[in-house]
Amino acid sequence: MSLVENKKLIYRYLSEISDPEIPVINIVEMGVVRDVLFHGSKLEIKLTPTYSGCPAMDMINQLVEEKLHSKGYVSVAVTLVYKPAWTTDWMSDETKEKLARYGIAPPVGKVASKKTLLNNEHVSCPQCGSKNTEMKSMFGSTACKALFVCKKCLEPFDYFKCI
Amino acid sequence: MDKSDLFKFCLRLGDSCLIMAHRQSEMCSNGPFLEEDIAQTNLGLDLLGQAEALLIYAAKLEGKGRTSDDLVYKRPERDFYNFMLTEQPNTDFAFAVVRQYIMALYLDKVYETLSNVDDETLSGIALKALKEISYHKSHLGMWVTRLGDGTEESHERVQTAFNELWMFVGELYEEDELDLKMQHAGFAVSGDEMKSHLFSEISSCLTKATLSIPESVYMTTGSKKGIHTEYLGYLLTEMQYLQRAYPDANW
Repeated sequence: MSLVENKKLIYRYLSEISDPEIPVINIVEMGVVRDVLFHGSKLEIKLTPTYSGCPAMDMINQLVEEKLHSKGYVSVAVTLVYKPAWTTDWMSDETKEKLARYGIAPPVGKVASKKTLLNNEHVSCPQCGSKNTEMKSMFGSTACKALFVCKKCLEPFDYFKCI
Repeated sequence: MDKSDLFKFCLRLGDSCLIMAHRQSEMCSNGPFLEEDIAQTNLGLDLLGQAEALLIYAAKLEGKGRTSDDLVYKRPERDFYNFMLTEQPNTDFAFAVVRQYIMALYLDKVYETLSNVDDETLSGIALKALKEISYHKSHLGMWVTRLGDGTEESHERVQTAFNELWMFVGELYEEDELDLKMQHAGFAVSGDEMKSHLFSEISSCLTKATLSIPESVYMTTGSKKGIHTEYLGYLLTEMQYLQRAYPDANW
């Protein structure tokens, strides 16, 4: 198998791991997997945290090791990289759709400027689609989400913050 | 850049983040309402993550085999270099808000500067933290305005918090030998620049909040030499409890 094929295979294995907080998307879709490197028989997986204090990070490390061990890779090292900083811009449209179907409003827009970062307008309700929504708290059930409520169907929901 | 200087620099910043994270963790179940309780602890979580990254790097720079956990759990009070402001207790919600608001303004400047330095690890940590801090700044600034321009009682309490905590602000723009070295290397802004950044941000926020800037008071100093207010000792007693009771416990 060529290096490229090998790498593809590892990515396929890693995409079998769901995000511990958001089980409908996997860690590759989430953009947490930054690189896969081969050092002889050793495998190095580079991960980046979504937030500095993301409590799911340790668990993700563990799941990556377990998964690759189960696929026959004996020597696996997981390293943490901070640069470039994780951004919701890496999420594909398909991933965003999955989030919305799961009941989490996906990030709106791209993080081009600080203005977008804190922009809470135009967040649609993932239940009824109404744009008549209101932010209740900038910090929701996890650091990466804000708490919103829909003024039309009155359902509360999580919004995945642009970061 | 001398490695031991960079170690001390990361230790100072990491300690401030760590101690704030602990104070914020004390807000858990003590927030004024459920959503804000979660917000307050989330602020703590971000700071804990930043502290961890900075202390892991500090331990590596020191190169004496200590881990970040050793730095957190096995140092006595006099070996901590966090700003005194960060260890001040959550006397009431307004105190927690004011302490974190001022520190968010400080960290915003610090991380902005560090995001451009020629050090992959530090600039990486800073770029990430900068995004998080922008949320802190906005959330806490909202609270200062909301409390200040709220009821008579909330106004009085948040003004008291500013007045009482003001004496600890001087440390944020004070300069010692290490600060000057870091400034020279482009890792930090000058004390004057930090002071004017803090004062201009605070004064525009306080005007909006119908609050007044505290009168100039004696500014306390000492944390850069490991001197602290009485509160740090109690905080560490709780934070380090497990390692003190069961040395080297691991799981």
